[in-house]
Amino acid sequence: MDLLRFLTAGSVDDGKSTLIGRLLYDSKNILIDQLDAIERSSKARNDGSVDLALLTDGLRAEREQGITIDVAYKYFSTPKRKFIIADTPGHIQYTRNMVTGASNADLIIILVDARNGVAEQTRRHSLIASLLNIPHVVVAINKMDLVGYSETVYQEIVADYEKVSAALNLSNVQYIPISALDGDNIVDVSEKMHWYRGPALLEFLENVEVEDHINHTHARFPVQYVIRPQTEELHDYRGYAGKIESGVYKKGDKVKIFPSGAEATIKAIEVSNKEVKEAFAPQSAVIHLEEDVDISRGDTIVKIDEALQVSQDVDAIVCWMDEKPLTVGRKYFLQHNSSVVPAVVKEIKYRLNVNKLEKEYDVDAAVLNEVVEVRLKTASALAYDSYNFLRENGGAILIDQTSLVTVGAVLLQ
Amino acid sequence: MSSYQLDYLEQLESESIHIFREVAGQFERPALLFSGGKDSITLVHLALKAFRPGKFPFPLVHIDTGHNFPEALQFRDALAEKIGEKLIVRKVEDTIKAKHLTEPKGKFASRNQLQTFTLLDTIEEFEFDACIGGARRDEEKARAKERIFSIRDEFGQWNPKLQRPEIWDTYNGKIHKGENVRVFPISNWTELDIWNYIKRENIELPSVYFSHERKVLEYQNQLIAVSPFIQIDEGDSVVTRKVRYRTVGDMTCTAAVASEAYTIDDIIGEIIATKTSERGETRIDDRFSEAAMEDRKKNGYF
Repeated sequence: MDLLRFLTAGSVDDGKSTLIGRLLYDSKNILIDQLDAIERSSKARNDGSVDLALLTDGLRAEREQGITIDVAYKYFSTPKRKFIIADTPGHIQYTRNMVTGASNADLIIILVDARNGVAEQTRRHSLIASLLNIPHVVVAINKMDLVGYSETVYQEIVADYEKVSAALNLSNVQYIPISALDGDNIVDVSEKMHWYRGPALLEFLENVEVEDHINHTHARFPVQYVIRPQTEELHDYRGYAGKIESGVYKKGDKVKIFPSGAEATIKAIEVSNKEVKEAFAPQSAVIHLEEDVDISRGDTIVKIDEALQVSQDVDAIVCWMDEKPLTVGRKYFLQHNSSVVPAVVKEIKYRLNVNKLEKEYDVDAAVLNEVVEVRLKTASALAYDSYNFLRENGGAILIDQTSLVTVGAVLLQ
Repeated sequence: MSSYQLDYLEQLESESIHIFREVAGQFERPALLFSGGKDSITLVHLALKAFRPGKFPFPLVHIDTGHNFPEALQFRDALAEKIGEKLIVRKVEDTIKAKHLTEPKGKFASRNQLQTFTLLDTIEEFEFDACIGGARRDEEKARAKERIFSIRDEFGQWNPKLQRPEIWDTYNGKIHKGENVRVFPISNWTELDIWNYIKRENIELPSVYFSHERKVLEYQNQLIAVSPFIQIDEGDSVVTRKVRYRTVGDMTCTAAVASEAYTIDDIIGEIIATKTSERGETRIDDRFSEAAMEDRKKNGYF
């Protein structure tokens, strides 16, 4: 059985948590005790109806305020597919948590409140979906019950969003009119919107093609840990352990080590403690080399005919996630796979205006939730790929050197 | 479609091994919290895959409340011995004596809360900077919110509002002195995934997971094992039933389920058919309040 990872995004009160609750409820993936618990909580809030959002809003503060603060991960399956859902916050203050949920997703559901149409958060979340190259976008136009199930309203929102998706070059956009509260077009096709001829949401999620998004052409293996038992019988055992981020490795392959440039040949590969002839992404593996080369955590083993970008001057798009602004001249740690290097911001090239979806120049800082392109200088050479070429080796994070918090999502260019 | 496809269990396994190796690569003094339950046994199995033929770069650590199932403790010791890894046991009993802690009272008095004191002391004693645990996000709504690398302050507190963004599979384990990271390699596994994996990998488990006859107290639709640690009152119904455990915590607060499942296939069949969640069916301690788990975690509980 295959796996689809998706997230829900949209403004506050667009009904993301309710949608997930409804999806789980109508597909019979809520267990009795969990339903009892949310029924009790709903009653305690002096509200007759069952609030399905309580299923994912797991924190005390979330239930008190009725908003989602952090990502909740939910798991469910149908006979066709397994699903991992990231229910992410809509509030602008918590956009970093939306990026957390989005970074591993195959699909994003962007909720739009039918009464309000395309909003700033719709654009912001669409921009992030586009930057992160999320393969599929579902625009779920929610609360259709509150606009009389009007086809005109639906068509207007579709037309508005077409402008957004064109500006962001989003492909694979599917529109579905829904009512998360009442369950229209969630698991079952709605009786109330005969003018809509597409699939209900669950049917779409079950059937959307998750063709392998992993690149099996360009091989990248960042070394996480060196296994050296140093016992008598395993005196010469030296295995480079890591996860194959992309590509395929075979016994006998000629490889090159980045950033040193040393060359070697693969002597053996192990997966799950067993020797194999070849291994592929995203397997965790152990690679042995014929030659005795100097390799440690942070190095990347690459097929010999492949060229990585190796430079101390790096351009990157950064989604900024910290209260303290990003400014020119500030130093951070840049963590790229298993390597961590100090980096300084040399220049902010432009900021992306979320509303106009345009570049703005003459910018000297990025504040929380802004997206900018920067030029970084790293303390030692970084070996990487452009995110748009190979997302598995093009993503990184920035870490504040004093608070040690993750402050930026970095898309290397 | 390419021929290089992993099924979802292989994907989950690979992700977990990657997390284990990040811990080994990023931390000075990690520990693997190991109780002898199915989730931590799965963790040990994954660690063998991540580090063999090398030794584990961490010891196994058990915070023993003194109210454990004897079958789980025997299994714990036997497994540590079989794989030749170091096992550190610290007892809640000792903390209670040393710190003059007050034992909880009542019918099913649980040492669950007191466990936190021993855990934090143990972290301090060995200066552990990372503690790997077998929590899963499908278990409970507060756990569904937790990152794979979850930072705890010097008091062991979790701050759910200030979690670090966790992007792609890049885990930031940088911490200040005195802080520690709780690492959850099987966050994305469900109860059923664990059982399917145990079956596929032929992983051994303590006998309490399979149906057996046991004296239990029937109490509010729950079956609590009769042990010296619970209070049996007049009028209580004590019966012998065929039961198994879905989760193995303390004998005081873990309920058994009526079951005829003698094999892993039987268990998988029962889990697919069940209408109740693992913790909902078996954990008394989660019922104290709507935020019971969240509140315990904020105070340093696993």
